[in-house]
Amino acid sequence: MGQVSKEIIYMKKYTYTESKDTRSGFGAGLLEVGRKNENVVALCADLVGSLKMADFIKEFPERFFQVGIAEANMMGIAAGMTIGGKIPYTGTFANFSTGRVYDQIRQSIAYSDKNVKICASHAGLTLGEDGATHQILEDIGMMKMLPGMTVINPCDYNQTKAATIAIADHHGPVYLRFGRPVIPVFTPADQEFVIGKAWMVNEGTDVSIFATGHLVWEAIKAGEKLAEMGISAEIINIHTIKPLDEEAVLASVAKTGCVVSAEEHNRLGGLGDSIAQLLVKHNPVPMEYVAVNDTFGESGTPEQLMKKYGLDDEHIIKAVQAVMERKKVLVG
Amino acid sequence: MQIEEKEAVQVEELEQIAKQVRRDVVRMVHGCQSGHPGGSLGCTDFLVALYFRIMNHNKEFSMDAVGEDLFFLSNGHISPVWYSVLARAGYFDVSELKTFRKLNSRLQGHPTTHEGLPGVRIASGSLGQGLSVAIGAALSKKLNGDNSLVFTLHGDGELQEGQIWEAAMFAPHHKVDNLISTIDVNGQQIDGPTDKVMSLGNLRAKWEAFGWDVLEMNGNNFEDVIRGLELAKSRAFQGKPIMILMQTNMGHGVDFMMGSHKWHGVAPNDAQLEQALAQLTCNMQDY
Repeated sequence: MGQVSKEIIYMKKYTYTESKDTRSGFGAGLLEVGRKNENVVALCADLVGSLKMADFIKEFPERFFQVGIAEANMMGIAAGMTIGGKIPYTGTFANFSTGRVYDQIRQSIAYSDKNVKICASHAGLTLGEDGATHQILEDIGMMKMLPGMTVINPCDYNQTKAATIAIADHHGPVYLRFGRPVIPVFTPADQEFVIGKAWMVNEGTDVSIFATGHLVWEAIKAGEKLAEMGISAEIINIHTIKPLDEEAVLASVAKTGCVVSAEEHNRLGGLGDSIAQLLVKHNPVPMEYVAVNDTFGESGTPEQLMKKYGLDDEHIIKAVQAVMERKKVLVG
Repeated sequence: MQIEEKEAVQVEELEQIAKQVRRDVVRMVHGCQSGHPGGSLGCTDFLVALYFRIMNHNKEFSMDAVGEDLFFLSNGHISPVWYSVLARAGYFDVSELKTFRKLNSRLQGHPTTHEGLPGVRIASGSLGQGLSVAIGAALSKKLNGDNSLVFTLHGDGELQEGQIWEAAMFAPHHKVDNLISTIDVNGQQIDGPTDKVMSLGNLRAKWEAFGWDVLEMNGNNFEDVIRGLELAKSRAFQGKPIMILMQTNMGHGVDFMMGSHKWHGVAPNDAQLEQALAQLTCNMQDY
């Protein structure tokens, strides 16, 4: 313990040089996939600017449909447009992409197996000052409970762009969740994005940290501090929450014997629960959640909210320490 | 896909088909002791006219159906009549009608694509969603340069759902003029007459105010249904979506079921089945 291992050097690779919002990754991805696939169409419920859809609209005005503030109608129209071979991408905030239109998604999209891409920005606490009415923390749970739904929560600009492009080639409904704040861009622009295939950020031996979305960068920061404390954290980016990369999770846990999950979501129904369900069946080990503790958010800056609600690197470090203590007690 | 021009099916033949469909409806609902006979019987003539005379469609089902007219049933609870019409039109064997609402059937209580039943392109049942879906399909046709039409059917009680009015606003704004929607105005819903449950007001004025081309017809008179639907077709592609307000009797064709919300979602018993079938004699075969 205490020695600097090769994994830490490996992690330095992810030192970032620029910061961008993930929603801009969506906008760039939408334009690129629009160029690649003429069946891609886009719909928006009066949030074109927020969703960064302007470039797509400028290049493909005939393939864009402004729906106005009518999200239920947007989901139904998107479902209908798949009949005839279109691949609709709907754009609005995560709250209005899920909770507001759950029955429309359930019946007209998921149960009807329609090839709709539900693209949801401003997810979670990092939406910030607008407050809890807009800060949905239950969306991953709602979406992953729908049979046949793929749920993706990318971690930075590049990964969001790659995911936006990749989902066009997957036939079936997809929930793509991203956010508002400007955060470091740390994944390689040419990283291959495979739906359902977890990404190894950093190999380690003491604890597995499974992180999604904005929490991946927090996990990387935590990992660097943990390394200085002599703890070798394995950090895995679970960008696809459903289907979960069970193989990657179980392989990592077999090595480390304890787990921290990290997500910008209610601890009920999110990534942590998916991992816990898997581990309970195959390899029950100590596990801690870094997630919102079954509460609503509030107004504030993203940084303030992430700290107050326990979603930053410091809370990941605390969770790692707690889970390793539990492991030690178990192992003896 | 190109569909052969067929000679128009005459009203006498449509009447016979409608009687058989009504027989199917009451037998299906009786067979599983559940389902919705009232609205099914009221909309039988409309659906028979649509599938046997009006729509350009292909019983060799394809989901995308480029070049074909499409139909969406938004009030999915009247599935018995749609299933019967689809079977009688050749989408699947009529013998399958006996599986309605039973375990392992493709004929679910409410229509679904999930079991792969030919003719169904979207699940419906939770009300108010079909108009949006039909608008999407109509937009897809426009993008594909496909000059065929999209038809829908809605219940009048269904208009109490807010999503209908979101769609009502969208279609004229985006000039979705390859869409012919129909509302089954039977004035009844589960809890009673629509006027008592939640008044719909002046439907013509409402749809016109939203920018639709509004027509009316008697849904239980084949001459008038054909006139209304042909008129609607002639007014397509003129910049406005079309809405037909179709007056029907809930339970039409079976005297003791007619005009009352009580038969919205109730199955006949053995004696009532016999009584109903005695009023529906025709020259076709039961399933």
